Amino acid sequence: MSEKIKYLSLSGLEPLLIGPNSNFINVGERTNVTGSRQFLRLIKERNFTEALEVARNQVDGGAQILDVNMDEGMLDGVEAMTTFLNLIASEPDISRIPLMIDSSKWEIIEAGLRVVQGKSVVNSISLKEGEAQFKHHAKLVKRYGAAVIVMAFDEAGQADTYQRRIDICKRSYDILVNEVGFPPQDIIFDPNIFPVATGMDEHRKNALDFFQATKWIRKNLPHASVSGGVSNVSFSFRGNNIVREAMHSAFLYHAIKNGMNMGIVNPSMLEVYDEINKDLLDRVEDVLFDRRDDATERLLDYADSVKDQKKDATETVLEWRSLDFQARITHALVKGLDAFIVEDVEEARLSVQKPISVIEGHLMIGMNVVGDLFGSGKMFLPQVVKSARVMKKAVAYLQPFIEAEKDGKQEFAGRILMATVKGDVHDIGKNIVSVVLGCNNYEIIDLGVMVPPEKIIETAVREQVDIIGLSGLITPSLDEMVYISKELERQKIRIPLIIGGATTSKAHTAVKIAPHYQHTVVHINDASRAVTVVGDLLQKNNAVYKSQIREEYDKFREQFLNRTRDKEYRTLEEARARKFNINWNETTISKPKQLGIQVLQDLDLSKLIDFIDWTPFFRSWDLHGKYPEILNDEVVGKQATELFADAQKLLKQILHEKLLKAKAIFGLFPANTVDSDDIEIKHISNETDEIKNAKTFKCLTLRQQLQKRDELPNFALSDFIAPKDSGIQDYMGAFCVCTGFGTQELANEFEKNNDDYNSIMIKALADRLAEAFAEYLHKEVRTKYWAYAENEDLSNTDLIKEAYKGIRPAPGYPACPDHLEKLTIWKLLNVEEEIGVKLTESLAMWPAASVSGYYFGNKEAKYFGLGKITEDQLKDYAKRRNMSENEVRKWLNPNLAET
Amino acid sequence: MNNIIEAIKHKILILDGAMGTMLQRYNFSEEDFRGERFKDYPSSLKGNNDLLSLTQPKAIADIHRQYFEAGADIVETNTFSGTTIAMADYNMEFLVDELNYESARIAKEVAQEFTAKNPNKPRFVAGSIGPTNRTASLSPDVNKPEYRAVTFEDLRIAYKQQAKALIKGGVDVLLVETVFDTLNAKAALFAIEEIKEEDNINIPIMVSGTITDASGRTLSGQTVEAFLTSISHIPLLSVGFNCALGAEQLFPYLKRLSYETEFYTSAHPNAGLPNAFGEYDESAAEMQSYIEEYLKEGLINIIGGCCGTNPEHIKAIAEVAKNYQPRKAGNEILQPKI
Repeated sequence: MSEKIKYLSLSGLEPLLIGPNSNFINVGERTNVTGSRQFLRLIKERNFTEALEVARNQVDGGAQILDVNMDEGMLDGVEAMTTFLNLIASEPDISRIPLMIDSSKWEIIEAGLRVVQGKSVVNSISLKEGEAQFKHHAKLVKRYGAAVIVMAFDEAGQADTYQRRIDICKRSYDILVNEVGFPPQDIIFDPNIFPVATGMDEHRKNALDFFQATKWIRKNLPHASVSGGVSNVSFSFRGNNIVREAMHSAFLYHAIKNGMNMGIVNPSMLEVYDEINKDLLDRVEDVLFDRRDDATERLLDYADSVKDQKKDATETVLEWRSLDFQARITHALVKGLDAFIVEDVEEARLSVQKPISVIEGHLMIGMNVVGDLFGSGKMFLPQVVKSARVMKKAVAYLQPFIEAEKDGKQEFAGRILMATVKGDVHDIGKNIVSVVLGCNNYEIIDLGVMVPPEKIIETAVREQVDIIGLSGLITPSLDEMVYISKELERQKIRIPLIIGGATTSKAHTAVKIAPHYQHTVVHINDASRAVTVVGDLLQKNNAVYKSQIREEYDKFREQFLNRTRDKEYRTLEEARARKFNINWNETTISKPKQLGIQVLQDLDLSKLIDFIDWTPFFRSWDLHGKYPEILNDEVVGKQATELFADAQKLLKQILHEKLLKAKAIFGLFPANTVDSDDIEIKHISNETDEIKNAKTFKCLTLRQQLQKRDELPNFALSDFIAPKDSGIQDYMGAFCVCTGFGTQELANEFEKNNDDYNSIMIKALADRLAEAFAEYLHKEVRTKYWAYAENEDLSNTDLIKEAYKGIRPAPGYPACPDHLEKLTIWKLLNVEEEIGVKLTESLAMWPAASVSGYYFGNKEAKYFGLGKITEDQLKDYAKRRNMSENEVRKWLNPNLAET
Repeated sequence: MNNIIEAIKHKILILDGAMGTMLQRYNFSEEDFRGERFKDYPSSLKGNNDLLSLTQPKAIADIHRQYFEAGADIVETNTFSGTTIAMADYNMEFLVDELNYESARIAKEVAQEFTAKNPNKPRFVAGSIGPTNRTASLSPDVNKPEYRAVTFEDLRIAYKQQAKALIKGGVDVLLVETVFDTLNAKAALFAIEEIKEEDNINIPIMVSGTITDASGRTLSGQTVEAFLTSISHIPLLSVGFNCALGAEQLFPYLKRLSYETEFYTSAHPNAGLPNAFGEYDESAAEMQSYIEEYLKEGLINIIGGCCGTNPEHIKAIAEVAKNYQPRKAGNEILQPKI
């Protein structure tokens, strides 16, 4: 037989080949009910949507095989395995990788094997129940078309010495290959990773025996692989993550050297081997290799000394300074430390002939490490942005030297144009994506905010960019993107388009943008995806990828349209007949204590701190989870904590140095509903003005038309104000707050210093402060100015939960998606002249950190989502608005039902 | 030489063309489909092509004959829908054993007739095992992605019954074809392995997948390489592609497959892509020229036609194929293990 290389080949929707030269294969382990309490809870609650997210995160985080385990006493394992794997099969971005069907029960393994089309790995079988059983299972695994993990376990128990490990593995191998005809490359041994440093003498050689057994297997059992669950080794140090992470990393390092080629590893519980404190590493390796009698005591001593200690101790900082300059540069980039970067880069510059070599060599080596760590889920977004800050600083330092040389020019992986579209001012997400792509050696041409389409297209053509990235947050931006895609098509331009931003969605991209542009259009919802998508788009032979995207979007569009077409709507007339009825004769209407308009010119920002809702702040950095729980989250907790600390620091500086200015204007007015969906507001600027002679403003509201269950009304905001013909005088308010004055200047300042991290941070904080201001002002209005809830006592959490009485809906948001209403507010309050907040042509507010809206005080007023409306309301609305139907269609487009 | 495993070493084997396309020429009526035996059958039977092996056996034998005359080495049995799952459409699950057995027997008889005439060119029969009309790894209901209209066990049982009857009827090789969901194919392979073990026989197996469109993937989403990986656990005579695409569009995928696999390869593409009226109109000469590209690159061991092809196409393909050497496959297949 020819000794051809035999690959262990597995498959999901795509193949995975594992050969002698493959890197270590990382098995994702969070979709395991025995290993993750969170996953167990989700499965028990049958919350499969979130359970799938866990799987997706594993894949996005770089897992190459996904381990699924449903072994829990309270679960019907066969049913849970079948259902979950069936669900995975319908998520192509998860099912692209092979699965590991993990169970100690054969019937659960078999249930899994019966629902996967790809070639999976069975985890596991062994000689535990004797040879007959072992052979029977092996034969079936082969027949189902899977590879297999064989535990070093036999009739006498688990192998716990070197000799037992190799004896059992050899015996298993011979049976499989010679008697069952199992392909040797499809055999993966798990020679048992057991805890070390337990204090028991018989455990002293656990790691060493594993290493040696692994080496023996790889040498003597041709084509077989070796795998294991790494976290076991540090079992006796539970609760001490510094020691555990060091142990995992050192163990893995040596296990891989000895031939372990795949394993179950939690990337967030892994220190970088080269970053382990030297003393700690010595002690860990003493234990792993059983090098000293007192190895365990010495590691325990160390563990005691670092208990409760933060990882970034000063001694480690100093220690890395003694490495060579390449290692220091890499370390600085990975850890985002900029204190020494200029000095290290200078040293590198002196060592090379051309200064450009430092960027292309030393710095890129470092950034590649960052890219790999990010790609494999070992680094998170805020860390990467910090790395970019260090990178930029280094490049800025080198720039003059490079320019002094005529032919110095950096080679990029591709050129990408980024822009926030016309009429929109929001750029936090766009900036994050730019930074992350910049880190991956793409040249970014950032056209900034409010970029007209002509400029985008003209620049794209002139600069021969490889990709155009469009971003936007407010709904009119969606139409801008559609317009740009049509223009690109008309001008026969063939540049891939990437769509991102808070209001954008895969649905909108697939339904509204992709059909207009024959070339590739991709929607990206987070920065980490951007790198993969851009990488795939810029590959030379990407025709298949592009046609896949096209097909995926076509399919998605069809499904989406089928779904939405199923929905049924009421006519506007019917919907109005089903409006939300408040009994106006019985309800309480409070007259505001202070009618008219008030301006707050320079509010003390410190008053807003308690009102900040931090959860969206973390979301803007791609860290998902609720504050404050997120700070202790298993996966992102550490990053969230660091990010939060950095935010607090900058916030303190903002307060201390009064870097931002907060202004607000609000008014409380007599108001009544007229013609069912409009609200007539009497403009009085102070208490003494007479209502009768006051100028009238009309606020137009939109009504839900979705056919709902009988008892549920079709809401419009006008339902919360007493109708004029009731003869009862009612009231409402309007407001605009802004904390953005000074943000752009500060951001520019940071950018000038190559500090994208703080440039993004300041904007994210200003946004949070604006929301906090809106919350604060609402409370002031409820308790003081309108004073319908004088005795209210609500915590910040209550406020976030919207437990208060009355609502403050904002134009452009679900209850009132119509941005045109901002024009009414601006006229009513004279916003621009009084406090300086402007509206762009798409009716975005500038400065961006602004919030505007209405106040409704009735205790029955509640938030709702308008949903889709139909043509009859559009026509009626155009008439009321005194605009052409086409004009109105443009503004309400995202809310129009598909017909 | 009377063994397909021997024959494939020495030459490119020619597979037949479409059965359905040929049957259309007969324009059979409802009565013709029913024949004498099913004239009072409660449900409509027109369109149940597999049934014609019982009610119009002469026509089926004649079609096989025409393909052999055109130069085919292998004809496929008229059993594309011969499982209880597919026959449920006509309430004819009970006929599955008989349909497969008779179809195999008819084809084998014609094959033997031709082999007898020219013993230097032995003719073979491939038992056609279609994909059924249900998918085991896709949900037919977008709102219930975890739902499956058919399970692995349903498929395994149905395929086992079909394969057993085909073998009993005398087929030389089993052809699991038009695989658009790999899990269905895995169930068929599982069933065949069971038969091999239980009846202690060894019958060669061909697997032919379907790349549904220019995405280069199967309907169930797998790439060429992933598909290949998922079915290579069973020793196969050949692996290949058929249907959905014409010979021209199939070329790049066949090339990737041929590069990756140690098994022999097969292809039976459609006569081009359907035109605006849903008809296949690629001429024999056009198809021949595309197939010649396969041959020049040495991609193929078994070549034939699917939808829209007729004896003219097969004749043209056979004429050009005899000028080329077969593709070299890995050694392993020559001695299938256990």
